[in-house]
Amino acid sequence: MSDVFDRPDAPGNTSPKPHEPISTGSEWTFELIRQYDEEIAKCAAEFRLDTYPNQVEVISAEQMMDAYSSVGMPVGYNHWSFGKQFLSTSKGYQRGQMGLAYELVINSNPCIAYLMEENTLPMQALVIAHACYGHNSFFKGNYLFRTWTDASAIIDYLVFARKYVSECEERYGVEAVEETLDSCHALMNYGVDRYKRPAPVSAHEEAHRQEEREEYLQRRVNDLWRTIPKMDGDEDPVTRKKRYPEEPQENLLYFIEKNAPLLETWQREIIRIVRKLAQYFYPQRQTQVMNEGWATFWHYTLLHRMYEKGLVTDGFMLEFLQSHTSVVYQPAFDSPWYSGINPYTLGFSIFTDLRRICEEPTGEDYEWFPDIAGTDWLETLHFAMANFKDESFIQQFLSPKVMRDLKLFAIEDDDLEDSYQITAIHDEPGYRELREKLARQYNLSYREPNIQVWSVDVRGDRSLTLRHVPVDRVPLGKDTEEVLRHAHRLWGFDVHLESVDDGDIVDEYHCPP
Amino acid sequence: MGMTHIVDRRLNGKNKSAVNRERFLRRYRHHIKKAVSDAVHRRSITDIERGENVSIPARDIDEPVFHHGQGGHREMVHPGNREFVAGDRLPKPDGGSGQGQGQGQASPDGEGMDEFAFQITQEEFLNFLFDDLELPNLVRKQLKDTESFTYVRSGFSTQGVPAKLDVVRSLRGAHARRLGLGGARKKKIRELEAQRADLLSAPAELDAAFSHEDQIKALEDEIARLKANVKRIPFIDEIDLRYRQHLKQPKPATSAVMFCLMDVSGSMTQMHKDTAKRFFLLLYLFLKKSYKKIDVVFIRHHTSAKEVDEEEFFYSRETGGTIVSSALKLMHKIIKSRYPPAEWNIYAAQASDGDNWNDDSPACGKLLTDSILPLVQYYAYVEITPQDHQMLWYEYERVQALFPESFALQQIADPGEIYPVFRRLFERKAA
Repeated sequence: MSDVFDRPDAPGNTSPKPHEPISTGSEWTFELIRQYDEEIAKCAAEFRLDTYPNQVEVISAEQMMDAYSSVGMPVGYNHWSFGKQFLSTSKGYQRGQMGLAYELVINSNPCIAYLMEENTLPMQALVIAHACYGHNSFFKGNYLFRTWTDASAIIDYLVFARKYVSECEERYGVEAVEETLDSCHALMNYGVDRYKRPAPVSAHEEAHRQEEREEYLQRRVNDLWRTIPKMDGDEDPVTRKKRYPEEPQENLLYFIEKNAPLLETWQREIIRIVRKLAQYFYPQRQTQVMNEGWATFWHYTLLHRMYEKGLVTDGFMLEFLQSHTSVVYQPAFDSPWYSGINPYTLGFSIFTDLRRICEEPTGEDYEWFPDIAGTDWLETLHFAMANFKDESFIQQFLSPKVMRDLKLFAIEDDDLEDSYQITAIHDEPGYRELREKLARQYNLSYREPNIQVWSVDVRGDRSLTLRHVPVDRVPLGKDTEEVLRHAHRLWGFDVHLESVDDGDIVDEYHCPP
Repeated sequence: MGMTHIVDRRLNGKNKSAVNRERFLRRYRHHIKKAVSDAVHRRSITDIERGENVSIPARDIDEPVFHHGQGGHREMVHPGNREFVAGDRLPKPDGGSGQGQGQGQASPDGEGMDEFAFQITQEEFLNFLFDDLELPNLVRKQLKDTESFTYVRSGFSTQGVPAKLDVVRSLRGAHARRLGLGGARKKKIRELEAQRADLLSAPAELDAAFSHEDQIKALEDEIARLKANVKRIPFIDEIDLRYRQHLKQPKPATSAVMFCLMDVSGSMTQMHKDTAKRFFLLLYLFLKKSYKKIDVVFIRHHTSAKEVDEEEFFYSRETGGTIVSSALKLMHKIIKSRYPPAEWNIYAAQASDGDNWNDDSPACGKLLTDSILPLVQYYAYVEITPQDHQMLWYEYERVQALFPESFALQQIADPGEIYPVFRRLFERKAA
């Protein structure tokens, strides 16, 4: 039996001391959870995992569904879309379709992880290792999270947001608030500063500055729209060279919040709240493969370390491995269960192979990864975790071996061609291309249409023009008109959207049409 | 490594999503109402009391976002290659480029489903079912009409029967009175006693003329007088007594009785009865939402009427002619003997195929107008027949003209109409 499990080991310490297992049954108690957590924490320290303090919350299945449906926010404002989420979650759960309800973790300080009371003890240990030490250390270590989110402030901010939204509902009516939120949600993915680091959220400051800001906001908006005769002689909208905004703006919600002429102050605040949340979730959307891969790698490694120390039994490991295997299961492209590349599998495979490249490098590894082959694996993994996002991580670390193991291939679909073409497979000539293509697939700006604020007709009909720059001639999808209606609701005047490819307008949308 | 804090949250509220769920249902109430109304048609009678599956076209509840459409040039990486090599060409399936699957745009919910399906609970089901419906004369019976009373506490009074004496309150009052009356005197006594003590301890005056004896004597007399006074304050007095007071309050009737009257003569087929049953069921569920306690009385009749249990009511067969007044008479008798209108809200629903002895119909009209309708909150008559009306219907129309508030009649041709008819009967009357 031990042959099966003895691969991972702690740095420098390979002779395990025989220990009594912490427990042998599969029923958990709070005392046992505490003991497991303590031992897992010791193992995590051996591997230099640096984490926020943990808060483990034991909850029931219903509560887990609640948590799921608020997209992982422990406190959220009320909105029908969360109700919809809840209904579909609970349906999935009741039908037994929801297998992965075992983990939910929140990027906050302390880091909150939920354990379901239905889980067996090995599952609870797995979740603790995965969430409390895997995800948690990722939240604390990865540069995107460090730059873009403020773990210590998020809970307070959510409380503030919830309170603010419900006050608005009292004052302006549920429907009015709901409409505004609907529109903000439609543009939520475009409520993010991609390049500029945002100011950290702070509930205290928000509340404090709020009145001040209300006044200020309105004044600023008024300034923009004040008609000043003969500004600099270019009032003719055609010949006028100076556009507003002078540069295209990627953050649509921010632009609307600051410039929409007719919005009430509370509506601007709500836009701001949705924007802040979008910003908070932005790093998660860019690091799914890494984050899940990292957490999976560590639950695997930490629990094996526990096994080496004799802290857990063979039975425990069998149950754990069964769960682990299903987590990293990757159906092939032609399987009925296939729904894209499993981020757990991809991330876990890359991190695992990274360790192998350090510990047991082959000739191929020396050729592909001259800088890391044969180096200290722990150092390398920490470096990889801290300094990349999915796109660059794959570009940097996806090895030929992982491509071979997963049997990756790239297929091209061009609407000008009659057939699909296989452009690269997991072979010597294909590795580099395959890796680039896969990396690009995880580039957010490739996955989402590139749409920016292009101009506002400040002195004319006040219409807002958005510009879409297609990549590879891929047009906008069928929701576009609908989203534009939402943009129109917020902006208050005509909204135009033009797709501009190579200087030519290839497509146009207008609201009202 | 940080300290881990383990919290048991299981006892915290689990319905955090309740508000959001309710918002969702409110937003899609039109879809849900339609599903509910379909369900009433479709469901078998025995299982009306549960939730319902509702499907909404997924398109209607989409939250739109900007995303890529079909077309252009795109490349995707997939796992699980077996026989492909670079440069292979694969035919596109017919009907345009690219299937939904294998596109980079896989929605986070998996494959696009056309329907968003979910469950509503029985309570929600009933709420939607009875949405906009108002119970006729739902205002509880006017207080002046009621003859049943309940006694409620209403403070204390100085008069009453010994049985209602509140000992604690009375003694508390007595204590306060004793303090009030005696306090000043007791204080005076203490002062006098202090003076006396001073005099006693003072050095004796040699001159008898200045002797303290008289003063002391005077003081002692006064003290004795005061003490006697204090002693005369009674421990408990008439005015201390407090009696618990009860007030007789009229009790609004919160129970209802529902009379189900059905013709079971030969002309009523099982289909007729099923239709009637659904109607009764709706009425029952409807009443259940408004009253704590509901009795149901089943009266079946052909030429004579009989009170029966539910099973017999719906499923045993009889043949013969029809005399509707027999059922009305029995109903009146039962009201008189078991359901005093002061305590019961009385509802009645009558189902029939419209047949009756022609001679009997005027009798029915008279029974209703004279004896029954003055006692009941609401009387609904449904005629289950696709054919023309007979005598009874016209008689009932006259009754309705007299009691527009509490009498209603409708015709049902097939089971699908029950719910609309039910709604029409119980429609919220414009104020």
